[in-house]
Amino acid sequence: MKREKRPIAWGTHAALVPLAIVVLVPIAWMVTAAFRGAEDQFGSLFLPAGDGPLGVAWDRLTLDNFRRLFAEARLGVALVNSVFLSSVSAVVATICCAAGGFALAHYRFRGRGMITLVVIGAMIIPPPLLLAPTYEMLFHLSLLDTFAGVLIPGFAPAFGVFLFRQAALQSVPRELLEAARIDGCGDVRAFFVIGLPLLRPMLGAFVLITFLMWWNNFIGPQVILQSPEKYPLAVAIAQLKGVYYQDYGLQMAATLVSVSPVMVMFLLLQREFIAGLTAGAVKG
Amino acid sequence: MRARATPYILLAPFMLVFAAFVVYPLLRSLMLSTERTFGPSATEFVGIENFTLLLADPLFWKATRNTLVFTAGSLLIQLPLALLLAMALNRPGLRGRSLYRLVFFSPQLVGLVFSGMLASLMFEKQTGLVNRVLAGVVPFEPADLPLIGIGVPWLDFPWLEVFVMPMLILTALWLYVGFNMVYFLAALQNVDRSLVEASMLDGASRWQRFVHVTLPAIRPVGLFVVLLSIIGSVQLFELPFIIYGQTDMGGSGPDDRALTLVMYLYRQAFESGDLGYASAIGWIIAVFLFAVAAGQLLLHRRHGGAR
Repeated sequence: MKREKRPIAWGTHAALVPLAIVVLVPIAWMVTAAFRGAEDQFGSLFLPAGDGPLGVAWDRLTLDNFRRLFAEARLGVALVNSVFLSSVSAVVATICCAAGGFALAHYRFRGRGMITLVVIGAMIIPPPLLLAPTYEMLFHLSLLDTFAGVLIPGFAPAFGVFLFRQAALQSVPRELLEAARIDGCGDVRAFFVIGLPLLRPMLGAFVLITFLMWWNNFIGPQVILQSPEKYPLAVAIAQLKGVYYQDYGLQMAATLVSVSPVMVMFLLLQREFIAGLTAGAVKG
Repeated sequence: MRARATPYILLAPFMLVFAAFVVYPLLRSLMLSTERTFGPSATEFVGIENFTLLLADPLFWKATRNTLVFTAGSLLIQLPLALLLAMALNRPGLRGRSLYRLVFFSPQLVGLVFSGMLASLMFEKQTGLVNRVLAGVVPFEPADLPLIGIGVPWLDFPWLEVFVMPMLILTALWLYVGFNMVYFLAALQNVDRSLVEASMLDGASRWQRFVHVTLPAIRPVGLFVVLLSIIGSVQLFELPFIIYGQTDMGGSGPDDRALTLVMYLYRQAFESGDLGYASAIGWIIAVFLFAVAAGQLLLHRRHGGAR
Protein backbone atom coordinates (compact mmCIF):
# COMPACT_ATOMS: atom_id res chain seq x y z
CA MET A 1 0.00 0.00 0.00
CA LYS A 2 1.26 3.45 -0.82
CA ARG A 3 1.85 5.55 2.26
CA GLU A 4 1.10 9.15 1.55
CA LYS A 5 2.23 11.89 3.86
CA ARG A 6 -0.74 13.49 5.52
CA PRO A 7 -0.85 16.92 7.13
CA ILE A 8 -1.12 16.98 10.92
CA ALA A 9 -4.78 17.18 11.91
CA TRP A 10 -4.55 20.30 14.07
CA GLY A 11 -8.30 20.57 14.54
CA THR A 12 -8.57 17.05 15.92
CA HIS A 13 -5.65 17.60 18.27
CA ALA A 14 -7.16 20.90 19.44
CA ALA A 15 -10.25 18.97 20.53
CA LEU A 16 -8.47 15.95 21.96
CA VAL A 17 -5.69 17.59 23.99
CA PRO A 18 -7.99 19.51 26.40
CA LEU A 19 -10.11 16.39 26.91
CA ALA A 20 -7.01 14.31 27.59
CA ILE A 21 -5.94 16.88 30.19
CA VAL A 22 -9.36 16.78 31.87
CA VAL A 23 -9.11 12.98 32.04
CA LEU A 24 -5.61 13.07 33.54
CA VAL A 25 -6.17 15.85 36.08
CA PRO A 26 -7.92 13.71 38.72
CA ILE A 27 -5.08 11.19 38.53
CA ALA A 28 -2.51 13.97 38.86
CA TRP A 29 -4.46 15.35 41.82
CA MET A 30 -4.45 11.95 43.50
CA VAL A 31 -0.72 11.46 42.97
CA THR A 32 0.26 14.95 44.18
CA ALA A 33 -2.09 14.85 47.17
CA ALA A 34 -0.49 11.58 48.26
CA PHE A 35 2.90 13.32 48.51
CA ARG A 36 1.68 16.56 50.13
CA GLY A 37 2.12 16.97 53.87
CA ALA A 38 -0.82 17.85 56.10
CA GLU A 39 0.10 21.57 56.14
CA ASP A 40 0.01 21.78 52.31
CA GLN A 41 -3.12 19.68 51.82
CA PHE A 42 -5.57 22.54 51.34
CA GLY A 43 -3.19 25.40 50.55
CA SER A 44 -2.12 24.17 47.13
CA LEU A 45 -4.06 22.55 44.30
CA PHE A 46 -1.32 20.21 43.10
CA LEU A 47 2.26 20.79 44.22
CA PRO A 48 3.13 23.40 46.88
CA ALA A 49 4.58 26.58 45.36
CA GLY A 50 8.13 27.52 46.33
CA ASP A 51 11.61 28.48 45.16
CA GLY A 52 12.63 25.10 43.73
CA PRO A 53 12.86 24.22 40.03
CA LEU A 54 9.60 24.90 38.13
CA GLY A 55 8.40 27.06 41.02
CA VAL A 56 7.66 24.07 43.21
CA ALA A 57 8.79 23.59 46.81
CA TRP A 58 10.06 20.06 46.18
CA ASP A 59 11.48 19.79 49.71
CA ARG A 60 7.99 20.12 51.16
CA LEU A 61 6.88 16.86 49.53
CA THR A 62 6.85 13.96 51.95
CA LEU A 63 6.49 10.21 52.17
CA ASP A 64 4.82 10.60 55.57
CA ASN A 65 1.37 9.63 54.24
CA PHE A 66 2.73 6.31 53.00
CA ARG A 67 4.62 5.69 56.23
CA ARG A 68 1.46 6.21 58.30
CA LEU A 69 -0.53 4.12 55.83
CA PHE A 70 1.58 1.05 56.47
CA ALA A 71 2.51 1.72 60.11
CA GLU A 72 -0.79 3.00 61.54
CA ALA A 73 -3.51 2.02 59.08
CA ARG A 74 -1.86 -1.35 58.32
CA LEU A 75 -2.67 -1.32 54.63
CA GLY A 76 0.18 -3.76 53.94
CA VAL A 77 -1.96 -6.72 55.02
CA ALA A 78 -4.75 -5.65 52.67
CA LEU A 79 -2.25 -5.27 49.83
CA VAL A 80 -1.00 -8.82 50.38
CA ASN A 81 -4.60 -10.10 50.59
CA SER A 82 -5.50 -8.39 47.31
CA VAL A 83 -2.47 -9.81 45.51
CA PHE A 84 -3.20 -13.29 46.87
CA LEU A 85 -6.95 -13.30 46.14
CA SER A 86 -6.60 -11.75 42.67
CA SER A 87 -3.79 -14.09 41.60
CA VAL A 88 -5.42 -17.30 42.82
CA SER A 89 -8.74 -16.31 41.31
CA ALA A 90 -7.18 -15.30 37.95
CA VAL A 91 -5.18 -18.51 37.56
CA VAL A 92 -7.89 -20.96 38.65
CA ALA A 93 -10.70 -19.22 36.72
CA THR A 94 -8.54 -19.16 33.58
CA ILE A 95 -7.81 -22.91 33.76
CA CYS A 96 -11.47 -23.81 34.43
CA CYS A 97 -12.76 -21.56 31.65
CA ALA A 98 -10.12 -22.61 29.12
CA ALA A 99 -10.82 -26.31 29.71
CA GLY A 100 -14.60 -25.82 29.54
CA GLY A 101 -14.49 -23.57 26.48
CA PHE A 102 -12.12 -25.95 24.67
CA ALA A 103 -14.45 -28.89 25.37
CA LEU A 104 -17.48 -26.98 24.06
CA ALA A 105 -15.63 -25.99 20.91
CA HIS A 106 -13.94 -29.26 19.93
CA TYR A 107 -15.84 -32.28 21.24
CA ARG A 108 -19.20 -33.72 20.28
CA PHE A 109 -21.05 -35.06 23.28
CA ARG A 110 -24.52 -35.29 24.73
CA GLY A 111 -25.64 -32.01 26.23
CA ARG A 112 -23.17 -29.81 24.37
CA GLY A 113 -25.86 -27.64 22.78
CA MET A 114 -27.69 -27.20 26.05
CA ILE A 115 -24.56 -26.35 28.04
CA THR A 116 -23.56 -23.79 25.41
CA LEU A 117 -26.99 -22.16 25.66
CA VAL A 118 -26.82 -22.12 29.46
CA VAL A 119 -23.36 -20.51 29.33
CA ILE A 120 -24.62 -17.75 27.04
CA GLY A 121 -27.82 -17.25 29.02
CA ALA A 122 -25.95 -17.07 32.33
CA MET A 123 -24.07 -13.98 31.20
CA ILE A 124 -27.15 -11.78 31.74
CA ILE A 125 -27.86 -12.94 35.31
CA PRO A 126 -27.16 -9.86 37.45
CA PRO A 127 -24.69 -10.86 40.20
CA PRO A 128 -26.55 -8.90 42.95
CA LEU A 129 -29.46 -11.33 42.51
CA LEU A 130 -27.22 -14.16 43.72
CA LEU A 131 -25.85 -12.18 46.67
CA ALA A 132 -28.45 -13.06 49.32
CA PRO A 133 -28.73 -16.82 48.55
CA THR A 134 -24.93 -17.13 48.25
CA TYR A 135 -24.53 -15.47 51.64
CA GLU A 136 -27.10 -17.85 53.09
CA MET A 137 -25.37 -20.88 51.56
CA LEU A 138 -21.91 -19.82 52.75
CA PHE A 139 -23.40 -19.34 56.22
CA HIS A 140 -24.71 -22.93 56.23
CA LEU A 141 -21.39 -24.24 54.86
CA SER A 142 -19.52 -22.29 57.58
CA LEU A 143 -17.57 -20.50 54.82
CA LEU A 144 -18.43 -16.94 55.87
CA ASP A 145 -15.33 -14.92 56.72
CA THR A 146 -13.01 -17.34 54.87
CA PHE A 147 -10.94 -16.83 51.73
CA ALA A 148 -12.50 -20.02 50.29
CA GLY A 149 -15.93 -18.40 50.64
CA VAL A 150 -14.98 -15.33 48.58
CA LEU A 151 -12.86 -17.23 46.05
CA ILE A 152 -14.76 -20.38 45.06
CA PRO A 153 -17.97 -18.74 43.71
CA GLY A 154 -15.79 -16.79 41.25
CA PHE A 155 -13.78 -19.73 39.96
CA ALA A 156 -15.90 -20.41 36.87
CA PRO A 157 -17.44 -17.30 35.30
CA ALA A 158 -19.75 -18.23 32.40
CA PHE A 159 -18.47 -15.39 30.21
CA GLY A 160 -14.97 -16.85 30.47
CA VAL A 161 -16.13 -20.23 29.16
CA PHE A 162 -17.86 -18.42 26.31
CA LEU A 163 -14.75 -16.36 25.44
CA PHE A 164 -12.55 -19.48 25.41
CA ARG A 165 -15.09 -21.37 23.31
CA GLN A 166 -14.94 -18.59 20.71
CA ALA A 167 -11.14 -18.43 20.88
CA ALA A 168 -10.81 -22.22 20.55
CA LEU A 169 -13.13 -22.30 17.52
CA GLN A 170 -11.07 -19.58 15.90
CA SER A 171 -7.49 -20.50 16.67
CA VAL A 172 -7.33 -24.27 17.22
CA PRO A 173 -7.62 -26.10 13.87
CA ARG A 174 -9.71 -29.26 14.04
CA GLU A 175 -7.36 -31.09 11.64
CA LEU A 176 -4.49 -30.69 14.08
CA LEU A 177 -6.47 -32.38 16.84
CA GLU A 178 -7.50 -35.22 14.51
CA ALA A 179 -3.89 -35.73 13.45
CA ALA A 180 -2.78 -35.83 17.09
CA ARG A 181 -5.43 -38.45 17.81
CA ILE A 182 -4.26 -40.65 14.97
CA ASP A 183 -0.71 -40.33 16.32
CA GLY A 184 -1.98 -41.69 19.63
CA CYS A 185 -2.24 -38.49 21.66
CA GLY A 186 -4.84 -38.85 24.42
CA ASP A 187 -7.76 -36.40 24.54
CA VAL A 188 -6.96 -34.74 27.83
CA ARG A 189 -3.33 -34.57 26.78
CA ALA A 190 -4.40 -32.95 23.48
CA PHE A 191 -5.92 -30.10 25.47
CA PHE A 192 -2.69 -29.45 27.37
CA VAL A 193 -0.23 -30.07 24.50
CA ILE A 194 -2.13 -28.58 21.54
CA GLY A 195 -5.05 -26.57 22.91
CA LEU A 196 -3.40 -24.49 25.61
CA PRO A 197 -0.39 -23.32 23.53
CA LEU A 198 -2.67 -22.19 20.69
CA LEU A 199 -4.95 -20.39 23.16
CA ARG A 200 -2.00 -18.50 24.63
CA PRO A 201 -3.10 -14.96 23.60
CA MET A 202 -6.54 -15.48 25.12
CA LEU A 203 -5.01 -17.04 28.24
CA GLY A 204 -2.87 -13.95 28.81
CA ALA A 205 -5.76 -11.57 28.21
CA PHE A 206 -8.12 -13.51 30.45
CA VAL A 207 -5.66 -13.80 33.34
CA LEU A 208 -5.23 -10.02 33.21
CA ILE A 209 -8.91 -9.08 33.09
CA THR A 210 -9.81 -11.56 35.83
CA PHE A 211 -7.01 -10.15 37.96
CA LEU A 212 -8.26 -6.60 37.30
CA MET A 213 -11.87 -7.53 38.05
CA TRP A 214 -10.88 -9.20 41.31
CA TRP A 215 -8.64 -6.30 42.28
CA ASN A 216 -11.69 -4.02 42.03
CA ASN A 217 -14.12 -6.59 43.43
CA PHE A 218 -15.97 -5.05 46.35
CA ILE A 219 -19.47 -6.25 47.11
CA GLY A 220 -18.62 -9.96 47.55
CA PRO A 221 -15.69 -9.52 49.96
CA GLN A 222 -17.55 -6.72 51.75
CA VAL A 223 -20.46 -9.08 52.47
CA ILE A 224 -18.57 -12.32 53.07
CA LEU A 225 -15.46 -11.23 54.99
CA GLN A 226 -15.84 -9.89 58.52
CA SER A 227 -12.34 -9.85 60.04
CA PRO A 228 -10.37 -6.72 59.07
CA GLU A 229 -7.15 -8.74 58.69
CA LYS A 230 -8.77 -10.61 55.77
CA TYR A 231 -9.96 -7.53 53.85
CA PRO A 232 -8.62 -6.90 50.36
CA LEU A 233 -7.65 -3.30 49.45
CA ALA A 234 -11.06 -2.29 48.10
CA VAL A 235 -12.82 -3.14 51.36
CA ALA A 236 -10.00 -1.94 53.63
CA ILE A 237 -9.88 1.42 51.90
CA ALA A 238 -13.61 2.00 52.32
CA GLN A 239 -13.14 1.49 56.07
CA LEU A 240 -10.14 3.81 56.09
CA LYS A 241 -12.38 6.62 54.85
CA GLY A 242 -14.35 6.57 58.09
CA VAL A 243 -11.32 6.60 60.37
CA TYR A 244 -9.24 9.19 58.49
CA TYR A 245 -12.15 11.32 57.35
CA GLN A 246 -10.41 14.67 56.91
CA ASP A 247 -7.03 13.19 56.01
CA TYR A 248 -6.87 13.75 52.25
CA GLY A 249 -3.18 12.89 52.06
CA LEU A 250 -3.57 9.50 53.68
CA GLN A 251 -6.69 8.62 51.67
CA MET A 252 -5.07 9.56 48.38
CA ALA A 253 -1.87 7.70 49.30
CA ALA A 254 -4.02 4.63 49.99
CA THR A 255 -5.78 5.01 46.65
CA LEU A 256 -2.46 5.48 44.85
CA VAL A 257 -1.01 2.36 46.48
CA SER A 258 -4.16 0.46 45.45
CA VAL A 259 -4.23 1.46 41.80
CA SER A 260 -0.52 1.52 40.95
CA PRO A 261 0.03 -2.26 40.69
CA VAL A 262 -2.75 -2.46 38.10
CA MET A 263 -1.49 0.66 36.31
CA VAL A 264 2.02 -0.77 36.03
CA MET A 265 0.70 -4.12 34.79
CA PHE A 266 -1.38 -2.33 32.20
CA LEU A 267 1.49 -0.19 30.92
CA LEU A 268 3.60 -3.32 30.47
CA LEU A 269 0.87 -5.46 28.90
CA GLN A 270 -1.42 -2.95 27.21
CA ARG A 271 -2.10 -5.06 24.13
CA GLU A 272 -3.25 -8.15 26.08
CA PHE A 273 -5.42 -6.01 28.36
CA ILE A 274 -7.31 -4.33 25.55
CA ALA A 275 -7.66 -7.61 23.65
CA GLY A 276 -9.20 -9.19 26.74
CA LEU A 277 -11.55 -6.33 27.52
CA THR A 278 -12.91 -6.08 23.99
CA ALA A 279 -12.94 -9.79 23.13
CA GLY A 280 -16.67 -10.02 23.77
CA ALA A 281 -17.64 -7.30 21.32
CA VAL A 282 -15.42 -8.24 18.44
CA LYS A 283 -16.31 -11.89 18.41
CA GLY A 284 -19.70 -11.96 20.14
CA MET B 1 -13.52 -35.09 17.77
CA ARG B 2 -15.50 -37.87 19.39
CA ALA B 3 -14.69 -38.98 22.88
CA ARG B 4 -16.59 -40.37 25.78
CA ALA B 5 -15.38 -39.01 29.08
CA THR B 6 -12.90 -36.30 28.05
CA PRO B 7 -15.28 -33.36 27.43
CA TYR B 8 -17.01 -34.04 30.72
CA ILE B 9 -13.68 -34.13 32.55
CA LEU B 10 -12.66 -30.81 30.97
CA LEU B 11 -16.03 -29.23 31.75
CA ALA B 12 -16.32 -30.67 35.26
CA PRO B 13 -14.64 -27.85 37.25
CA PHE B 14 -16.81 -25.23 35.53
CA MET B 15 -20.00 -27.29 35.82
CA LEU B 16 -19.52 -28.01 39.52
CA VAL B 17 -18.87 -24.39 40.48
CA PHE B 18 -21.61 -23.18 38.15
CA ALA B 19 -24.18 -25.59 39.58
CA ALA B 20 -23.29 -24.76 43.18
CA PHE B 21 -22.83 -20.99 42.89
CA VAL B 22 -25.09 -19.94 40.01
CA VAL B 23 -27.85 -22.49 39.41
CA TYR B 24 -28.55 -23.26 43.05
CA PRO B 25 -28.51 -19.60 44.26
CA LEU B 26 -30.68 -18.63 41.29
CA LEU B 27 -33.37 -21.17 42.26
CA ARG B 28 -32.94 -20.40 45.95
CA SER B 29 -33.39 -16.66 45.33
CA LEU B 30 -36.71 -17.44 43.67
CA MET B 31 -37.78 -19.28 46.82
CA LEU B 32 -36.30 -16.63 49.09
CA SER B 33 -38.36 -13.96 47.37
CA THR B 34 -41.46 -15.62 48.87
CA GLU B 35 -39.99 -15.65 52.36
CA ARG B 36 -39.25 -13.18 55.11
CA THR B 37 -35.95 -13.85 56.87
CA PHE B 38 -34.22 -12.62 59.99
CA GLY B 39 -30.63 -13.31 59.13
CA PRO B 40 -29.68 -16.48 57.28
CA SER B 41 -31.18 -19.01 59.74
CA ALA B 42 -34.76 -17.90 60.50
CA THR B 43 -37.26 -17.80 57.65
CA GLU B 44 -41.02 -17.61 57.27
CA PHE B 45 -43.15 -18.13 54.13
CA VAL B 46 -45.05 -14.99 53.09
CA GLY B 47 -46.08 -15.73 49.48
CA ILE B 48 -46.07 -12.69 47.19
CA GLU B 49 -46.14 -10.28 50.12
CA ASN B 50 -42.56 -9.10 49.46
CA PHE B 51 -43.59 -7.88 46.02
CA THR B 52 -46.80 -6.18 47.19
CA LEU B 53 -44.82 -4.49 49.97
CA LEU B 54 -42.20 -3.35 47.45
CA LEU B 55 -44.83 -1.75 45.22
CA ALA B 56 -45.96 0.34 48.17
CA ASP B 57 -42.44 1.09 49.43
CA PRO B 58 -41.51 4.74 48.77
CA LEU B 59 -37.79 4.02 49.25
CA PHE B 60 -37.94 1.32 46.58
CA TRP B 61 -39.48 3.80 44.14
CA LYS B 62 -36.92 6.42 45.08
CA ALA B 63 -34.13 3.90 44.42
CA THR B 64 -35.75 2.92 41.11
CA ARG B 65 -36.01 6.54 40.02
CA ASN B 66 -32.40 7.29 40.98
CA THR B 67 -31.18 4.20 39.16
CA LEU B 68 -33.09 5.05 35.99
CA VAL B 69 -31.93 8.69 36.05
CA PHE B 70 -28.34 7.50 36.36
CA THR B 71 -28.79 4.95 33.58
CA ALA B 72 -30.38 7.45 31.20
CA GLY B 73 -27.76 10.08 31.99
CA SER B 74 -24.94 7.60 31.46
CA LEU B 75 -26.28 6.37 28.13
CA LEU B 76 -27.24 9.73 26.66
CA ILE B 77 -24.04 11.57 27.59
CA GLN B 78 -21.45 8.86 27.65
CA LEU B 79 -22.09 6.80 24.51
CA PRO B 80 -22.29 9.69 22.00
CA LEU B 81 -19.11 11.13 23.52
CA ALA B 82 -17.38 7.74 23.35
CA LEU B 83 -18.34 7.40 19.70
CA LEU B 84 -17.13 10.93 18.89
CA LEU B 85 -13.80 10.20 20.59
CA ALA B 86 -13.46 6.94 18.68
CA MET B 87 -14.17 8.69 15.38
CA ALA B 88 -11.63 11.40 16.17
CA LEU B 89 -9.03 8.78 17.03
CA ASN B 90 -9.90 6.79 13.92
CA ARG B 91 -8.90 9.64 11.59
CA PRO B 92 -6.43 8.24 9.07
CA GLY B 93 -2.89 9.26 9.87
CA LEU B 94 -3.62 10.79 13.27
CA ARG B 95 -0.39 11.07 15.23
CA GLY B 96 -0.26 9.90 18.83
CA ARG B 97 -3.31 7.67 18.49
CA SER B 98 -2.08 5.03 20.92
CA LEU B 99 -1.11 7.69 23.46
CA TYR B 100 -4.60 9.22 23.31
CA ARG B 101 -6.13 5.76 23.62
CA LEU B 102 -4.00 5.05 26.67
CA VAL B 103 -4.94 8.36 28.30
CA PHE B 104 -8.69 8.06 27.72
CA PHE B 105 -8.66 4.43 28.83
CA SER B 106 -6.58 4.93 31.98
CA PRO B 107 -9.43 5.81 34.43
CA GLN B 108 -10.82 2.33 33.80
CA LEU B 109 -7.77 0.98 35.62
CA VAL B 110 -8.60 3.05 38.69
CA GLY B 111 -11.81 1.03 38.97
CA LEU B 112 -15.15 1.79 40.62
CA VAL B 113 -14.10 1.57 44.27
CA PHE B 114 -10.98 3.68 44.01
CA SER B 115 -12.76 6.20 41.74
CA GLY B 116 -15.31 6.49 44.51
CA MET B 117 -12.51 7.43 46.92
CA LEU B 118 -11.24 10.00 44.45
CA ALA B 119 -14.68 11.43 43.67
CA SER B 120 -15.64 11.82 47.32
CA LEU B 121 -12.71 14.21 47.81
CA MET B 122 -12.77 15.84 44.35
CA PHE B 123 -16.39 16.97 44.74
CA GLU B 124 -16.11 18.30 48.32
CA LYS B 125 -17.24 21.90 48.73
CA GLN B 126 -14.41 24.43 49.29
CA THR B 127 -11.60 21.85 49.45
CA GLY B 128 -12.37 19.66 46.42
CA LEU B 129 -10.58 20.19 43.14
CA VAL B 130 -13.76 20.53 41.05
CA ASN B 131 -15.17 23.58 42.82
CA ARG B 132 -11.77 25.22 43.18
CA VAL B 133 -11.16 24.90 39.45
CA LEU B 134 -14.68 26.07 38.60
CA ALA B 135 -14.25 29.09 40.87
CA GLY B 136 -10.95 29.97 39.21
CA VAL B 137 -11.80 29.29 35.59
CA VAL B 138 -15.52 29.89 35.02
CA PRO B 139 -16.26 33.63 34.82
CA PHE B 140 -19.79 33.41 36.25
CA GLU B 141 -21.33 31.91 39.38
CA PRO B 142 -23.97 29.14 39.45
CA ALA B 143 -26.43 31.67 40.87
CA ASP B 144 -26.39 33.32 37.44
CA LEU B 145 -27.57 30.14 35.72
CA PRO B 146 -31.36 30.20 35.37
CA LEU B 147 -31.65 26.41 35.29
CA ILE B 148 -29.69 25.74 38.45
CA GLY B 149 -30.45 29.05 40.09
CA ILE B 150 -29.07 28.45 43.54
CA GLY B 151 -27.65 31.36 45.45
CA VAL B 152 -24.17 30.02 46.15
CA PRO B 153 -20.79 30.71 44.59
CA TRP B 154 -18.82 27.90 42.90
CA LEU B 155 -16.77 27.25 46.02
CA ASP B 156 -19.92 26.27 47.90
CA PHE B 157 -21.52 24.38 45.02
CA PRO B 158 -23.12 21.36 46.74
CA TRP B 159 -22.24 18.42 44.47
CA LEU B 160 -22.26 15.81 47.23
CA GLU B 161 -25.24 17.25 49.06
CA VAL B 162 -27.67 18.26 46.29
CA PHE B 163 -26.36 17.54 42.79
CA VAL B 164 -25.79 13.88 43.53
CA MET B 165 -26.86 12.35 40.22
CA PRO B 166 -24.88 14.81 38.04
CA MET B 167 -21.88 14.08 40.28
CA LEU B 168 -22.30 10.30 39.86
CA ILE B 169 -22.89 10.61 36.12
CA LEU B 170 -19.76 12.74 35.70
CA THR B 171 -17.68 10.28 37.69
CA ALA B 172 -18.97 7.33 35.67
CA LEU B 173 -18.33 9.31 32.49
CA TRP B 174 -14.70 9.81 33.46
CA LEU B 175 -14.42 6.14 34.37
CA TYR B 176 -16.09 4.50 31.37
CA VAL B 177 -15.92 6.81 28.36
CA GLY B 178 -12.52 5.45 27.31
CA PHE B 179 -13.65 1.87 27.82
CA ASN B 180 -16.62 2.36 25.49
CA MET B 181 -14.39 4.29 23.09
CA VAL B 182 -12.17 1.21 22.72
CA TYR B 183 -15.22 -0.86 21.71
CA PHE B 184 -16.30 1.77 19.17
CA LEU B 185 -12.74 1.99 17.82
CA ALA B 186 -12.82 -1.76 17.18
CA ALA B 187 -16.23 -1.41 15.54
CA LEU B 188 -15.05 1.39 13.25
CA GLN B 189 -12.65 -1.09 11.66
CA ASN B 190 -15.78 -2.62 10.09
CA VAL B 191 -16.51 0.55 8.15
CA ASP B 192 -15.94 -0.13 4.47
CA ARG B 193 -13.32 2.37 3.22
CA SER B 194 -14.44 2.02 -0.40
CA LEU B 195 -17.99 2.92 0.62
CA VAL B 196 -16.69 6.00 2.43
CA GLU B 197 -14.69 7.07 -0.61
CA ALA B 198 -17.62 6.44 -2.95
CA SER B 199 -19.91 8.54 -0.78
CA MET B 200 -17.33 11.34 -0.76
CA LEU B 201 -17.18 11.25 -4.57
CA ASP B 202 -20.97 11.40 -4.68
CA GLY B 203 -20.82 14.55 -2.58
CA ALA B 204 -22.49 13.20 0.54
CA SER B 205 -22.24 15.52 3.52
CA ARG B 206 -20.40 14.45 6.69
CA TRP B 207 -23.70 13.89 8.44
CA GLN B 208 -25.11 11.81 5.56
CA ARG B 209 -21.93 9.76 5.54
CA PHE B 210 -22.23 9.20 9.29
CA VAL B 211 -25.87 8.11 9.11
CA HIS B 212 -25.69 5.94 5.98
CA VAL B 213 -22.19 4.48 6.08
CA THR B 214 -20.72 4.63 9.59
CA LEU B 215 -23.79 3.89 11.73
CA PRO B 216 -24.92 0.74 9.87
CA ALA B 217 -21.38 -0.64 10.05
CA ILE B 218 -21.05 -0.19 13.80
CA ARG B 219 -24.64 -1.13 14.69
CA PRO B 220 -23.91 -4.66 16.04
CA VAL B 221 -21.15 -3.43 18.37
CA GLY B 222 -23.20 -0.34 19.18
CA LEU B 223 -26.13 -2.44 20.37
CA PHE B 224 -23.75 -4.56 22.43
CA VAL B 225 -22.24 -1.46 24.07
CA VAL B 226 -25.71 -0.07 24.84
CA LEU B 227 -26.67 -3.39 26.46
CA LEU B 228 -23.44 -3.51 28.44
CA SER B 229 -23.96 0.09 29.64
CA ILE B 230 -27.54 -0.57 30.71
CA ILE B 231 -26.53 -3.74 32.58
CA GLY B 232 -23.69 -1.90 34.33
CA SER B 233 -25.67 1.26 35.16
CA VAL B 234 -28.72 -0.56 36.53
CA GLN B 235 -26.39 -2.38 38.94
CA LEU B 236 -24.67 0.81 40.16
CA PHE B 237 -23.51 0.21 43.71
CA GLU B 238 -19.84 0.74 44.49
CA LEU B 239 -19.57 4.43 43.54
CA PRO B 240 -22.36 5.80 45.78
CA PHE B 241 -21.66 3.21 48.48
CA ILE B 242 -18.03 4.32 48.77
CA ILE B 243 -18.75 8.02 48.39
CA TYR B 244 -21.46 8.14 51.07
CA GLY B 245 -20.46 5.21 53.26
CA GLN B 246 -18.62 6.12 56.49
CA THR B 247 -19.87 9.71 56.25
CA ASP B 248 -22.43 11.69 58.23
CA MET B 249 -24.65 11.68 55.12
CA GLY B 250 -26.43 8.46 56.03
CA GLY B 251 -24.83 5.99 53.64
CA SER B 252 -26.97 6.97 50.66
CA GLY B 253 -26.64 10.73 50.61
CA PRO B 254 -28.90 13.44 52.02
CA ASP B 255 -32.56 12.55 51.51
CA ASP B 256 -31.42 9.21 49.96
CA ARG B 257 -30.47 11.03 46.77
CA ALA B 258 -27.78 8.44 46.01
CA LEU B 259 -29.81 5.36 46.91
CA THR B 260 -29.74 2.87 44.01
CA LEU B 261 -31.62 -0.42 43.64
CA VAL B 262 -28.60 -2.59 44.43
CA MET B 263 -27.79 -0.37 47.44
CA TYR B 264 -31.33 -0.89 48.68
CA LEU B 265 -30.96 -4.65 48.11
CA TYR B 266 -27.70 -4.61 50.08
CA ARG B 267 -29.27 -2.59 52.89
CA GLN B 268 -32.26 -4.93 53.17
CA ALA B 269 -30.14 -8.09 53.06
CA PHE B 270 -27.16 -7.19 55.19
CA GLU B 271 -28.26 -4.29 57.39
CA SER B 272 -31.89 -5.34 58.09
CA GLY B 273 -31.20 -9.07 57.62
CA ASP B 274 -34.16 -9.66 55.30
CA LEU B 275 -32.72 -11.87 52.56
CA GLY B 276 -36.25 -12.45 51.23
CA TYR B 277 -37.09 -8.80 50.59
CA ALA B 278 -33.61 -8.38 49.08
CA SER B 279 -34.21 -11.31 46.72
CA ALA B 280 -37.48 -9.75 45.61
CA ILE B 281 -35.59 -6.56 44.70
CA GLY B 282 -32.99 -8.72 42.94
CA TRP B 283 -35.66 -10.37 40.81
CA ILE B 284 -37.14 -7.04 39.80
CA ILE B 285 -33.68 -5.94 38.60
CA ALA B 286 -33.18 -9.27 36.83
CA VAL B 287 -36.53 -9.24 35.04
CA PHE B 288 -35.90 -5.68 33.86
CA LEU B 289 -32.48 -6.68 32.48
CA PHE B 290 -33.88 -9.84 30.83
CA ALA B 291 -36.50 -7.68 29.10
CA VAL B 292 -33.84 -5.22 27.89
CA ALA B 293 -31.68 -8.09 26.60
CA ALA B 294 -34.64 -9.68 24.81
CA GLY B 295 -35.53 -6.34 23.22
CA GLN B 296 -31.92 -5.95 22.04
CA LEU B 297 -31.97 -9.44 20.56
CA LEU B 298 -35.11 -8.59 18.58
CA LEU B 299 -33.56 -5.36 17.31
CA HIS B 300 -30.42 -7.28 16.36
CA ARG B 301 -32.43 -9.88 14.43
CA ARG B 302 -34.49 -7.27 12.60
CA HIS B 303 -31.34 -5.62 11.30
CA GLY B 304 -29.98 -8.78 9.76
CA GLY B 305 -28.23 -10.38 12.70
CA ALA B 306 -24.52 -10.64 13.30
CA ARG B 307 -22.20 -9.43 10.61
